Amino acid sequence: MPEVKQEPQAPLLPGVVAVALSTAYLIALLAVEKQPLVIGLLAFGIVAVLVAHYMDWLDPVGRSFAEREGVLSAYAVLAACVVAAFFHDNHFVLLLFVTVLLYAVATLGLNIEFGYAGVLNFAGASFFGIGAYTSAVLNTYTAVPHLLVLLIGGTLAALIGSLLLLPVLRTRGHYAALVTIAFALLLKTFLEVNDVLGGPQGMQVKGMSILGWSFNDNFEIGKIEMSFYLNYFVISMLLLCGTFVLVRRLERSWIGLDLDAIRLDETAASCFGLDIARWKITAFVLGNFVIGLAGALFGMVGGFVAPNNYTFADSLIMVSILLLGGIGNPWGVVVATFIVVVLPEKLQTIQEYRFLLYALIVIVVLLFRPEGLLPRPVRRYFPGGRA
Amino acid sequence: MTYLLEARGLTRKFGGVVALDNLDLTVVPNEIIGLIGPNGSGKTTFFNVVTGIYGAHGGSVTFDGADITRASSRAVYHAGVSRTFQRSRLSLPLSIFDNIMIGNHKRLNQGLWFNLVRRGEFKREFEVNYAAARTLIEVFEPRLAERMFEPVAGLPMIDRRRIEICRALISQPKLLLLDEPSAGMTHDETKELMDDILQVRDLNRNLTIVIVEHEMGLIERITDRCVVLNFGRKIAEGPYRQVAVDRQVQEAYLGVE
Repeated sequence: MPEVKQEPQAPLLPGVVAVALSTAYLIALLAVEKQPLVIGLLAFGIVAVLVAHYMDWLDPVGRSFAEREGVLSAYAVLAACVVAAFFHDNHFVLLLFVTVLLYAVATLGLNIEFGYAGVLNFAGASFFGIGAYTSAVLNTYTAVPHLLVLLIGGTLAALIGSLLLLPVLRTRGHYAALVTIAFALLLKTFLEVNDVLGGPQGMQVKGMSILGWSFNDNFEIGKIEMSFYLNYFVISMLLLCGTFVLVRRLERSWIGLDLDAIRLDETAASCFGLDIARWKITAFVLGNFVIGLAGALFGMVGGFVAPNNYTFADSLIMVSILLLGGIGNPWGVVVATFIVVVLPEKLQTIQEYRFLLYALIVIVVLLFRPEGLLPRPVRRYFPGGRA
Repeated sequence: MTYLLEARGLTRKFGGVVALDNLDLTVVPNEIIGLIGPNGSGKTTFFNVVTGIYGAHGGSVTFDGADITRASSRAVYHAGVSRTFQRSRLSLPLSIFDNIMIGNHKRLNQGLWFNLVRRGEFKREFEVNYAAARTLIEVFEPRLAERMFEPVAGLPMIDRRRIEICRALISQPKLLLLDEPSAGMTHDETKELMDDILQVRDLNRNLTIVIVEHEMGLIERITDRCVVLNFGRKIAEGPYRQVAVDRQVQEAYLGVE
């Protein structure tokens, strides 16, 4: 076996510093309320990133994340816990944080479909909604354990998504996208006219409880009162970690390679024995499962589902997160979800115009940084170590 | 005599154009066949019909004793036929290693469980195949073996051709179909590339090659036998020196006086 050149490993420090600074910044941004302060902080953040970019401080950060991903992921999880602990009694901020985490999970699912296999899915929010409605119905009418409800939510999203497989496999590119748009419109109409599912008013969703531990009650650690959203933070964080590892392993395997090959050139791929249908189905089903799983949990977090929460416009938000972050890069998805979800919440002045903002983001990204904020690097199967 | 590839009465039409017209073409194991003819004479169409990209409208193709006339591209690859494309069809954003591994599909474990969960076993399989890819590309250009994880997009044409040929060779096919390997390259580069291909063939004596090419010096040097097509029909067959002086062949290339 030929020797692989052992490159010196990138230092850990730049990555750790970046995580620490981002955490401090995020805490500051989430804590301030006054609009001038928020705007000032945002401007400071943008300038800081641009300065770091032009001073080439971001390259060492990128290298340490590329080669020391395992350790730095642990630091990132720790940082998220620090943020959550800092806001331990703040319902609003914790709900926002949990929303970010679950949108990130859903967009990672979309990333498997769109980013790797190239199957355009403009019905992300619909599959998210299928998951949420599953928990609404099951928590109201049955005593199915709630962790199982999450799995059923994912499975139902994957199953209902399978109805689209035939048209999606028989069409390509834009036409497959149209199929999913049609599905999104159909599902919303179906939910609106269906009285069992609450019609346009939607349904209440009972909160989660596992082994008698109710997620919707505040609790105390020592003498300190904790917001009940901390419960949801913990389980959402676990879900995000699991999904992240899944997406990473998928990318760094022969299957990730198969999906890329199919996205880039179907004809060449089939000339080298790839089963196009098998991999498109795998990606679509797996992606929808992940989206449905996140949706089922989100339904319980929000306590309420309605057809208007899962529209085509919401699907576009997921797609814009993917475009902004960098298609195919899970780190990009996480960073972009923070930007897209937190920004309109903090900038109350633009809340009415949030869809305008998303449209603007997509246009600006496509014009100036078509590969997203964090472009996907070339695949390394075992980064850091050999090869 | 047993043929590795045997096409009988093969016909393919595109609307009113008959791209392959009742073509008989046979290839015996270990030979190098040059498939020549003017532009639009059906050479690439022949490759596309054999590899299942186009269906045949008549006739049959047998490979290694099995009928592959209606086989899909996938099945033809699994039977042991690899090809390159006239217009390079590499996946440009992917690395050199990734592109070569696409050609190795049938020798990689594609199981979901294996790929996602059994990472230790996956790593072993990865290392075996990484070594194989390096060994292969070192035959063509040792410099590229040091750059296995760089995207193909930044490489010059000759390196892309080398990678494309490595992609076709990595799975150790029985039959290699080369579609104009010299397209877009200089004379010297082409010569270098062909020497490398012959070197690979010396390593793997079971390899049979059909090559479509316009560079006649190359055809003369490496082929055992030539088949000349014109308007989808075979107009001559035999060693290069013989077909080169054939009157019909000269008319096909130069026109009738």
